[in-house]
Amino acid sequence: MSKRRVVVTGLGTINPLGNNVSDTWNNLINGVSGVDYINSFDTDELPVKFAGEVKNFDANEYLGKQQARKLDRSGHLSIHATEEALKDAGLDTEERLGSEVGIVFGTGIGGIGATEQAVRTYDERGASRINPLAITQLMPNSSTGQVAIKFGIEGPSLTITTACAASANAIGEAKNMIQNGIVDMVIAGGTESGTTAMTIGAFAQIRALSTNNENPKEACRPFDKNRDGFVMGEGSTVLVMESEESAKKRGANIYGYISGYGATTDAHHITAPAEGGKGAVEAMKKALADAEISNEEVDYINAHGTSTPANDKNETAAIKTVFGDMAHQLNISSTKSMTGHLLGGGGAFESLVSLLSLKNNIIPPTINLNNPDEDCDLNYTPNVALKKDLSIAMSNSFGFGGHNGVLVFKKD
Amino acid sequence: MELNEVFEKVKGLFVEDLGIDESKVTMEAKLEEDLEIDSLGIVEVVMAFEDEFEIEIDDDELADVSTVGQAVNLLHSKI
Repeated sequence: MSKRRVVVTGLGTINPLGNNVSDTWNNLINGVSGVDYINSFDTDELPVKFAGEVKNFDANEYLGKQQARKLDRSGHLSIHATEEALKDAGLDTEERLGSEVGIVFGTGIGGIGATEQAVRTYDERGASRINPLAITQLMPNSSTGQVAIKFGIEGPSLTITTACAASANAIGEAKNMIQNGIVDMVIAGGTESGTTAMTIGAFAQIRALSTNNENPKEACRPFDKNRDGFVMGEGSTVLVMESEESAKKRGANIYGYISGYGATTDAHHITAPAEGGKGAVEAMKKALADAEISNEEVDYINAHGTSTPANDKNETAAIKTVFGDMAHQLNISSTKSMTGHLLGGGGAFESLVSLLSLKNNIIPPTINLNNPDEDCDLNYTPNVALKKDLSIAMSNSFGFGGHNGVLVFKKD
Repeated sequence: MELNEVFEKVKGLFVEDLGIDESKVTMEAKLEEDLEIDSLGIVEVVMAFEDEFEIEIDDDELADVSTVGQAVNLLHSKI
Protein backbone atom coordinates (compact mmCIF):
# COMPACT_ATOMS: atom_id res chain seq x y z
CA MET A 1 0.00 0.00 0.00
CA SER A 2 1.42 3.37 -0.92
CA LYS A 3 1.94 5.85 1.88
CA ARG A 4 -0.34 8.86 2.30
CA ARG A 5 1.47 11.98 1.09
CA VAL A 6 1.84 14.91 3.47
CA VAL A 7 1.64 18.51 2.27
CA VAL A 8 2.14 21.91 3.85
CA THR A 9 -0.70 24.36 3.30
CA GLY A 10 0.09 27.17 5.72
CA LEU A 11 3.17 28.92 7.08
CA GLY A 12 3.64 31.34 9.94
CA THR A 13 6.71 32.73 11.64
CA ILE A 14 8.02 35.39 13.98
CA ASN A 15 11.80 35.53 14.25
CA PRO A 16 14.77 37.92 14.21
CA LEU A 17 14.29 38.60 10.48
CA GLY A 18 10.61 39.46 10.54
CA ASN A 19 7.27 39.10 12.26
CA ASN A 20 5.62 37.40 9.28
CA VAL A 21 6.56 35.09 6.40
CA SER A 22 6.81 37.78 3.72
CA ASP A 23 9.22 40.11 5.57
CA THR A 24 11.26 37.11 6.68
CA TRP A 25 11.66 35.77 3.14
CA ASN A 26 12.64 39.17 1.74
CA ASN A 27 15.34 39.54 4.37
CA LEU A 28 16.54 35.97 3.82
CA ILE A 29 17.10 36.39 0.09
CA ASN A 30 18.73 39.78 0.60
CA GLY A 31 21.25 38.42 3.10
CA VAL A 32 20.12 40.60 6.00
CA SER A 33 21.30 39.78 9.53
CA GLY A 34 18.68 39.79 12.29
CA VAL A 35 21.36 39.72 14.98
CA ASP A 36 22.01 42.82 17.07
CA TYR A 37 22.99 44.06 20.52
CA ILE A 38 20.55 43.01 23.24
CA ASN A 39 18.64 45.94 24.67
CA SER A 40 15.83 44.13 26.47
CA PHE A 41 17.98 43.56 29.56
CA ASP A 42 21.33 44.61 30.99
CA THR A 43 24.22 42.62 29.50
CA ASP A 44 27.02 44.24 31.55
CA GLU A 45 27.79 41.00 33.40
CA LEU A 46 27.61 38.78 30.30
CA PRO A 47 30.52 37.85 28.03
CA VAL A 48 28.10 37.91 25.06
CA LYS A 49 26.08 41.06 24.45
CA PHE A 50 24.13 40.24 21.31
CA ALA A 51 21.50 37.84 20.00
CA GLY A 52 18.88 37.39 17.33
CA GLU A 53 15.84 38.81 19.07
CA VAL A 54 12.29 39.24 17.80
CA LYS A 55 11.76 42.98 17.33
CA ASN A 56 8.78 45.33 17.35
CA PHE A 57 6.46 42.81 18.98
CA ASP A 58 4.25 43.92 21.87
CA ALA A 59 2.41 40.96 23.38
CA ASN A 60 0.11 43.24 25.40
CA GLU A 61 -1.01 44.92 22.22
CA TYR A 62 -1.37 41.60 20.38
CA LEU A 63 -3.19 39.52 23.01
CA GLY A 64 -4.42 42.16 25.44
CA LYS A 65 -2.69 42.60 28.78
CA GLN A 66 -4.97 40.24 30.72
CA GLN A 67 -4.16 37.32 28.39
CA ALA A 68 -0.57 38.27 27.61
CA ARG A 69 0.53 38.29 31.23
CA LYS A 70 -0.55 34.66 31.69
CA LEU A 71 2.01 33.42 29.15
CA ASP A 72 5.77 33.35 28.86
CA ARG A 73 7.19 35.11 25.81
CA SER A 74 7.58 31.71 24.13
CA GLY A 75 3.80 31.33 24.35
CA HIS A 76 3.22 34.76 22.83
CA LEU A 77 5.46 33.96 19.89
CA SER A 78 3.82 30.54 19.41
CA ILE A 79 0.32 31.96 19.22
CA HIS A 80 1.41 34.72 16.84
CA ALA A 81 3.10 32.31 14.42
CA THR A 82 0.21 29.84 14.61
CA GLU A 83 -2.38 32.48 13.81
CA GLU A 84 -0.47 33.49 10.68
CA ALA A 85 -0.09 29.85 9.58
CA LEU A 86 -3.79 29.05 10.09
CA LYS A 87 -4.92 32.13 8.17
CA ASP A 88 -2.42 31.36 5.42
CA ALA A 89 -3.93 27.86 5.16
CA GLY A 90 -7.37 29.37 4.72
CA LEU A 91 -8.62 28.16 8.11
CA ASP A 92 -11.02 30.14 10.27
CA THR A 93 -9.18 31.20 13.43
CA GLU A 94 -12.47 32.08 15.15
CA GLU A 95 -13.72 28.48 14.91
CA ARG A 96 -12.37 25.63 17.05
CA LEU A 97 -10.25 23.31 14.92
CA GLY A 98 -11.66 20.27 16.75
CA SER A 99 -10.65 16.71 17.45
CA GLU A 100 -9.49 15.77 13.96
CA VAL A 101 -6.57 18.20 14.17
CA GLY A 102 -3.40 17.43 16.13
CA ILE A 103 -0.56 19.61 17.41
CA VAL A 104 3.13 18.79 17.72
CA PHE A 105 5.51 21.49 18.92
CA GLY A 106 9.22 21.41 19.63
CA THR A 107 11.21 23.44 22.13
CA GLY A 108 14.62 23.14 23.70
CA ILE A 109 14.06 24.80 27.03
CA GLY A 110 10.40 25.89 27.21
CA GLY A 111 9.57 29.03 29.17
CA ILE A 112 13.05 29.59 30.49
CA GLY A 113 12.41 33.33 30.96
CA ALA A 114 9.62 32.48 33.42
CA THR A 115 11.93 30.03 35.20
CA GLU A 116 14.58 32.69 35.65
CA GLN A 117 12.04 35.21 36.95
CA ALA A 118 10.53 32.74 39.43
CA VAL A 119 13.94 31.84 40.86
CA ARG A 120 14.76 35.53 41.22
CA THR A 121 11.49 36.15 43.09
CA TYR A 122 12.06 33.16 45.35
CA ASP A 123 15.55 34.37 46.26
CA GLU A 124 14.47 37.95 46.83
CA ARG A 125 11.00 37.56 48.40
CA GLY A 126 10.49 33.92 49.37
CA ALA A 127 8.26 31.05 48.29
CA SER A 128 4.97 32.79 49.06
CA ARG A 129 5.65 35.46 46.44
CA ILE A 130 6.40 33.14 43.49
CA ASN A 131 4.10 33.89 40.57
CA PRO A 132 1.28 31.30 40.69
CA LEU A 133 1.44 31.22 36.90
CA ALA A 134 5.15 30.27 36.92
CA ILE A 135 4.64 26.54 36.39
CA THR A 136 2.17 27.01 33.58
CA GLN A 137 4.58 29.41 31.87
CA LEU A 138 7.80 27.49 32.29
CA MET A 139 6.72 23.92 31.50
CA PRO A 140 8.08 22.88 28.07
CA ASN A 141 4.59 21.96 26.83
CA SER A 142 3.24 25.41 27.70
CA SER A 143 3.21 26.63 24.09
CA THR A 144 1.56 23.42 22.90
CA GLY A 145 -1.20 23.75 25.48
CA GLN A 146 -1.74 27.48 25.02
CA VAL A 147 -1.91 27.22 21.23
CA ALA A 148 -4.34 24.29 21.55
CA ILE A 149 -6.55 26.34 23.87
CA LYS A 150 -6.43 29.43 21.67
CA PHE A 151 -7.43 27.63 18.47
CA GLY A 152 -9.42 24.70 19.88
CA ILE A 153 -7.08 21.93 18.76
CA GLU A 154 -8.51 18.78 20.35
CA GLY A 155 -6.69 15.95 18.56
CA PRO A 156 -3.48 14.29 19.75
CA SER A 157 -0.76 16.59 21.10
CA LEU A 158 2.94 16.13 21.68
CA THR A 159 5.78 18.34 22.84
CA ILE A 160 9.20 17.30 21.69
CA THR A 161 12.31 18.40 23.55
CA THR A 162 15.34 17.21 21.63
CA ALA A 163 17.21 20.50 21.99
CA CYS A 164 18.12 21.99 18.61
CA ALA A 165 16.54 19.09 16.71
CA ALA A 166 13.20 19.52 18.53
CA SER A 167 11.07 21.11 15.86
CA ALA A 168 12.58 19.01 13.06
CA ASN A 169 11.54 15.99 15.12
CA ALA A 170 8.15 17.64 15.71
CA ILE A 171 7.54 17.99 11.97
CA GLY A 172 8.80 14.47 11.36
CA GLU A 173 6.50 12.98 14.00
CA ALA A 174 3.60 15.06 12.67
CA LYS A 175 4.30 13.64 9.22
CA ASN A 176 4.13 10.12 10.63
CA MET A 177 0.82 10.88 12.38
CA ILE A 178 -0.74 12.03 9.12
CA GLN A 179 0.85 9.27 7.07
CA ASN A 180 -0.47 6.66 9.47
CA GLY A 181 -3.97 8.08 9.25
CA ILE A 182 -4.23 9.10 12.91
CA VAL A 183 -5.43 12.58 11.86
CA ASP A 184 -5.67 14.47 8.56
CA MET A 185 -4.14 17.70 9.83
CA VAL A 186 -1.42 18.61 12.34
CA ILE A 187 -0.32 22.06 13.44
CA ALA A 188 3.43 21.51 13.79
CA GLY A 189 6.34 23.73 14.59
CA GLY A 190 8.58 24.98 17.29
CA THR A 191 9.44 27.88 19.49
CA GLU A 192 12.32 29.15 21.55
CA SER A 193 12.72 32.30 23.55
CA GLY A 194 15.90 31.82 25.51
CA THR A 195 17.63 35.10 24.81
CA THR A 196 17.68 35.74 28.54
CA ALA A 197 20.47 36.60 30.94
CA MET A 198 21.03 33.26 32.72
CA THR A 199 20.59 31.22 29.55
CA ILE A 200 23.06 33.25 27.51
CA GLY A 201 25.44 33.17 30.46
CA ALA A 202 25.13 29.40 30.73
CA PHE A 203 25.66 28.75 27.00
CA ALA A 204 28.67 31.06 27.13
CA GLN A 205 30.08 28.97 29.98
CA ILE A 206 30.35 25.94 27.70
CA ARG A 207 32.12 28.09 25.10
CA ALA A 208 29.34 27.42 22.59
CA LEU A 209 28.65 31.08 21.77
CA SER A 210 30.45 33.54 19.55
CA THR A 211 31.95 36.38 21.57
CA ASN A 212 32.29 38.79 18.66
CA ASN A 213 30.89 41.74 20.60
CA GLU A 214 32.53 44.20 18.22
CA ASN A 215 30.51 43.05 15.19
CA PRO A 216 27.30 41.25 16.19
CA LYS A 217 25.97 41.10 12.63
CA GLU A 218 29.12 39.29 11.53
CA ALA A 219 29.33 37.01 14.56
CA CYS A 220 27.44 34.09 13.06
CA ARG A 221 29.65 32.86 10.20
CA PRO A 222 28.89 29.21 9.48
CA PHE A 223 31.61 27.32 7.59
CA ASP A 224 33.95 30.34 7.71
CA LYS A 225 37.48 29.68 9.00
CA ASN A 226 37.05 32.39 11.67
CA ARG A 227 33.78 31.09 13.10
CA ASP A 228 33.84 31.10 16.89
CA GLY A 229 30.48 29.77 18.05
CA PHE A 230 26.76 30.14 17.55
CA VAL A 231 24.55 33.14 18.19
CA MET A 232 21.44 32.79 20.33
CA GLY A 233 18.19 33.48 18.51
CA GLU A 234 14.51 33.41 19.38
CA GLY A 235 11.36 32.83 17.42
CA SER A 236 8.47 30.59 16.53
CA THR A 237 7.59 28.93 13.24
CA VAL A 238 4.47 26.91 12.51
CA LEU A 239 3.42 24.74 9.58
CA VAL A 240 -0.08 23.57 8.78
CA MET A 241 0.51 20.00 7.65
CA GLU A 242 -2.17 17.80 6.17
CA SER A 243 -2.78 14.80 3.99
CA GLU A 244 -2.73 15.54 0.28
CA GLU A 245 -6.37 14.34 -0.02
CA SER A 246 -7.48 16.68 2.75
CA ALA A 247 -5.71 19.66 1.17
CA LYS A 248 -7.05 18.96 -2.30
CA LYS A 249 -10.57 18.34 -1.02
CA ARG A 250 -10.72 21.79 0.52
CA GLY A 251 -8.89 23.44 -2.39
CA ALA A 252 -5.98 24.60 -0.23
CA ASN A 253 -2.80 26.16 -1.60
CA ILE A 254 0.06 23.63 -1.38
CA TYR A 255 3.58 24.88 -0.62
CA GLY A 256 5.18 21.48 -1.06
CA TYR A 257 5.47 17.97 0.31
CA ILE A 258 7.17 16.66 3.41
CA SER A 259 8.44 13.44 1.91
CA GLY A 260 11.20 12.13 4.12
CA TYR A 261 12.13 12.01 7.79
CA GLY A 262 15.16 10.42 9.38
CA ALA A 263 15.93 10.47 13.08
CA THR A 264 18.91 9.00 14.91
CA THR A 265 20.90 9.49 18.10
CA ASP A 266 24.68 9.81 18.34
CA ALA A 267 24.85 8.12 21.76
CA HIS A 268 28.35 9.54 21.96
CA HIS A 269 28.65 12.82 23.92
CA ILE A 270 26.11 15.20 25.40
CA THR A 271 27.29 18.20 23.33
CA ALA A 272 30.00 17.17 20.85
CA PRO A 273 28.96 15.55 17.57
CA ALA A 274 30.33 12.09 16.83
CA GLU A 275 33.49 12.24 14.75
CA GLY A 276 32.61 12.50 11.06
CA GLY A 277 28.99 13.13 12.01
CA LYS A 278 28.11 9.45 12.18
CA GLY A 279 24.61 9.97 13.61
CA ALA A 280 23.98 12.76 11.11
CA VAL A 281 25.01 10.48 8.25
CA GLU A 282 22.52 7.83 9.29
CA ALA A 283 19.72 10.38 9.75
CA MET A 284 20.30 11.80 6.26
CA LYS A 285 20.32 8.29 4.75
CA LYS A 286 17.11 7.36 6.55
CA ALA A 287 15.42 10.57 5.37
CA LEU A 288 16.40 9.84 1.75
CA ALA A 289 15.13 6.27 2.06
CA ASP A 290 11.87 7.44 3.62
CA ALA A 291 11.41 9.91 0.74
CA GLU A 292 12.20 7.06 -1.69
CA ILE A 293 14.78 9.14 -3.54
CA SER A 294 18.47 8.74 -4.31
CA ASN A 295 21.06 11.18 -3.04
CA GLU A 296 21.53 12.51 -6.61
CA GLU A 297 18.04 13.99 -6.60
CA VAL A 298 18.70 16.49 -3.79
CA ASP A 299 19.16 20.07 -5.05
CA TYR A 300 19.56 22.03 -1.83
CA ILE A 301 20.54 21.34 1.77
CA ASN A 302 19.58 23.82 4.45
CA ALA A 303 22.41 22.88 6.78
CA HIS A 304 22.32 22.83 10.55
CA GLY A 305 25.40 25.09 10.13
CA THR A 306 25.58 26.58 13.60
CA SER A 307 28.90 28.42 13.22
CA THR A 308 30.56 26.34 15.94
CA PRO A 309 33.92 24.86 14.97
CA ALA A 310 32.75 21.29 15.68
CA ASN A 311 29.33 21.28 14.03
CA ASP A 312 30.30 22.80 10.71
CA LYS A 313 33.30 20.56 10.26
CA ASN A 314 31.45 17.36 11.16
CA GLU A 315 28.33 18.28 9.21
CA THR A 316 30.50 18.86 6.14
CA ALA A 317 32.12 15.47 6.62
CA ALA A 318 28.71 13.87 7.06
CA ILE A 319 27.37 15.43 3.84
CA LYS A 320 30.42 14.14 1.97
CA THR A 321 29.83 10.65 3.30
CA VAL A 322 26.18 10.64 2.26
CA PHE A 323 26.56 12.39 -1.10
CA GLY A 324 29.98 11.14 -2.17
CA ASP A 325 31.29 12.64 -5.42
CA MET A 326 28.28 14.85 -5.89
CA ALA A 327 28.68 16.62 -2.53
CA HIS A 328 30.60 19.40 -4.27
CA GLN A 329 27.75 19.98 -6.74
CA LEU A 330 25.14 20.42 -4.02
CA ASN A 331 23.90 23.87 -3.08
CA ILE A 332 24.08 24.20 0.68
CA SER A 333 23.39 27.17 2.92
CA SER A 334 23.03 27.96 6.61
CA THR A 335 20.33 30.53 7.23
CA LYS A 336 21.42 30.61 10.88
CA SER A 337 24.00 33.08 9.57
CA MET A 338 21.09 35.54 9.46
CA THR A 339 18.73 34.41 12.25
CA GLY A 340 21.16 33.12 14.81
CA HIS A 341 20.39 29.74 16.32
CA LEU A 342 16.68 29.39 17.03
CA LEU A 343 17.43 26.24 19.08
CA GLY A 344 14.20 24.25 19.47
CA GLY A 345 12.55 26.54 16.91
CA GLY A 346 15.31 26.04 14.33
CA GLY A 347 14.07 22.92 12.55
CA ALA A 348 10.64 24.43 11.90
CA PHE A 349 12.11 27.71 10.70
CA GLU A 350 14.49 25.93 8.37
CA SER A 351 11.65 23.76 7.07
CA LEU A 352 9.87 26.99 6.16
CA VAL A 353 13.02 28.19 4.40
CA SER A 354 13.32 24.90 2.50
CA LEU A 355 9.68 25.03 1.35
CA LEU A 356 9.92 28.67 0.25
CA SER A 357 13.19 27.94 -1.55
CA LEU A 358 11.49 25.20 -3.56
CA LYS A 359 8.46 27.35 -4.28
CA ASN A 360 10.44 30.43 -5.35
CA ASN A 361 13.47 28.67 -6.87
CA ILE A 362 15.82 30.77 -4.77
CA ILE A 363 18.45 29.58 -2.29
CA PRO A 364 19.08 32.07 0.54
CA PRO A 365 22.79 32.59 1.20
CA THR A 366 25.17 31.82 4.05
CA ILE A 367 26.22 35.32 5.02
CA ASN A 368 29.56 36.28 6.60
CA LEU A 369 31.30 33.47 4.73
CA ASN A 370 34.52 35.15 3.56
CA ASN A 371 37.41 32.97 4.69
CA PRO A 372 37.54 29.42 3.32
CA ASP A 373 38.23 26.61 5.78
CA GLU A 374 39.92 23.48 4.45
CA ASP A 375 37.57 21.34 6.57
CA CYS A 376 34.54 23.10 5.08
CA ASP A 377 35.08 22.99 1.32
CA LEU A 378 31.58 22.54 -0.13
CA ASN A 379 29.38 25.09 -1.90
CA TYR A 380 27.63 26.93 0.92
CA THR A 381 26.09 29.67 -1.29
CA PRO A 382 28.27 32.41 0.20
CA ASN A 383 26.81 35.84 0.82
CA VAL A 384 24.49 36.13 -2.21
CA ALA A 385 21.24 34.27 -2.87
CA LEU A 386 21.14 31.96 -5.86
CA LYS A 387 18.31 31.57 -8.37
CA LYS A 388 18.05 28.00 -9.50
CA ASP A 389 15.33 25.53 -10.47
CA LEU A 390 14.81 23.34 -7.43
CA SER A 391 12.78 20.18 -6.89
CA ILE A 392 14.03 18.62 -3.66
CA ALA A 393 15.48 20.13 -0.49
CA MET A 394 16.85 18.60 2.70
CA SER A 395 17.02 20.25 6.12
CA ASN A 396 19.42 19.09 8.83
CA SER A 397 18.93 19.63 12.56
CA PHE A 398 21.20 18.28 15.26
CA GLY A 399 20.76 18.83 18.98
CA PHE A 400 22.69 18.66 22.22
CA GLY A 401 22.00 15.20 23.59
CA GLY A 402 23.08 13.75 20.24
CA HIS A 403 19.64 14.03 18.62
CA ASN A 404 19.54 14.17 14.83
CA GLY A 405 16.46 15.04 12.77
CA VAL A 406 16.57 15.31 8.98
CA LEU A 407 13.65 16.25 6.72
CA VAL A 408 13.25 15.98 2.96
CA PHE A 409 10.90 18.30 1.05
CA LYS A 410 9.61 17.91 -2.51
CA LYS A 411 8.11 20.61 -4.68
CA ASP A 412 5.56 18.18 -6.21
CA MET B 1 -9.46 53.13 55.52
CA GLU B 2 -12.95 53.81 54.12
CA LEU B 3 -14.71 51.15 52.07
CA ASN B 4 -14.62 53.25 48.89
CA GLU B 5 -10.87 53.81 49.31
CA VAL B 6 -10.36 50.04 49.52
CA PHE B 7 -12.49 49.63 46.39
CA GLU B 8 -10.42 52.21 44.48
CA LYS B 9 -7.18 50.44 45.46
CA VAL B 10 -8.61 47.05 44.46
CA LYS B 11 -9.77 48.50 41.17
CA GLY B 12 -6.29 49.92 40.60
CA LEU B 13 -4.74 46.47 41.13
CA PHE B 14 -7.17 44.82 38.74
CA VAL B 15 -6.62 47.40 36.02
CA GLU B 16 -2.89 48.10 36.36
CA ASP B 17 -1.52 44.71 37.43
CA LEU B 18 -3.94 42.28 35.84
CA GLY B 19 -4.84 44.24 32.72
CA ILE B 20 -8.60 44.06 33.29
CA ASP B 21 -10.83 46.61 31.54
CA GLU B 22 -11.61 49.40 34.06
CA SER B 23 -15.30 49.60 33.15
CA LYS B 24 -15.80 45.96 34.19
CA VAL B 25 -14.56 46.48 37.74
CA THR B 26 -17.65 47.24 39.84
CA MET B 27 -18.62 46.12 43.35
CA GLU B 28 -21.16 43.70 41.80
CA ALA B 29 -18.75 42.19 39.26
CA LYS B 30 -18.21 38.42 39.62
CA LEU B 31 -14.53 37.52 39.69
CA GLU B 32 -14.81 34.46 37.49
CA GLU B 33 -17.68 35.23 35.15
CA ASP B 34 -17.29 38.98 34.66
CA LEU B 35 -13.57 39.56 35.14
CA GLU B 36 -12.40 36.20 33.74
CA ILE B 37 -10.16 35.52 36.73
CA ASP B 38 -9.67 31.75 36.96
CA SER B 39 -8.41 29.70 39.92
CA LEU B 40 -4.77 30.57 39.13
CA GLY B 41 -5.71 34.21 38.80
CA ILE B 42 -7.31 34.19 42.25
CA VAL B 43 -3.95 33.24 43.77
CA GLU B 44 -2.38 36.20 42.00
CA VAL B 45 -5.12 38.52 43.18
CA VAL B 46 -4.62 37.40 46.77
CA MET B 47 -0.87 37.97 46.51
CA ALA B 48 -1.48 41.43 45.11
CA PHE B 49 -3.90 42.22 47.98
CA GLU B 50 -1.41 40.97 50.56
CA ASP B 51 1.36 43.14 49.13
CA GLU B 52 -0.82 46.23 48.71
CA PHE B 53 -2.50 46.12 52.13
CA GLU B 54 0.30 44.40 54.07
CA ILE B 55 -1.98 41.67 55.39
CA GLU B 56 -2.19 37.90 55.18
CA ILE B 57 -5.21 36.14 53.75
CA ASP B 58 -5.88 32.48 54.55
CA ASP B 59 -7.41 30.23 51.94
CA ASP B 60 -10.51 29.54 54.10
CA GLU B 61 -11.24 33.27 54.28
CA LEU B 62 -11.76 33.17 50.53
CA ALA B 63 -14.47 30.54 50.57
CA ASP B 64 -17.29 33.10 50.42
CA VAL B 65 -15.58 35.56 48.08
CA SER B 66 -16.90 35.50 44.54
CA THR B 67 -17.48 39.18 43.74
CA VAL B 68 -15.36 42.32 43.88
CA GLY B 69 -17.63 43.67 46.64
CA GLN B 70 -17.10 40.59 48.82
CA ALA B 71 -13.34 40.93 48.36
CA VAL B 72 -13.46 44.61 49.25
CA ASN B 73 -15.48 43.84 52.41
CA LEU B 74 -13.04 41.12 53.47
CA LEU B 75 -10.07 43.43 52.96
CA HIS B 76 -11.85 46.29 54.75
CA SER B 77 -12.44 44.03 57.77
CA LYS B 78 -8.76 43.03 57.92
CA ILE B 79 -7.09 46.40 57.62
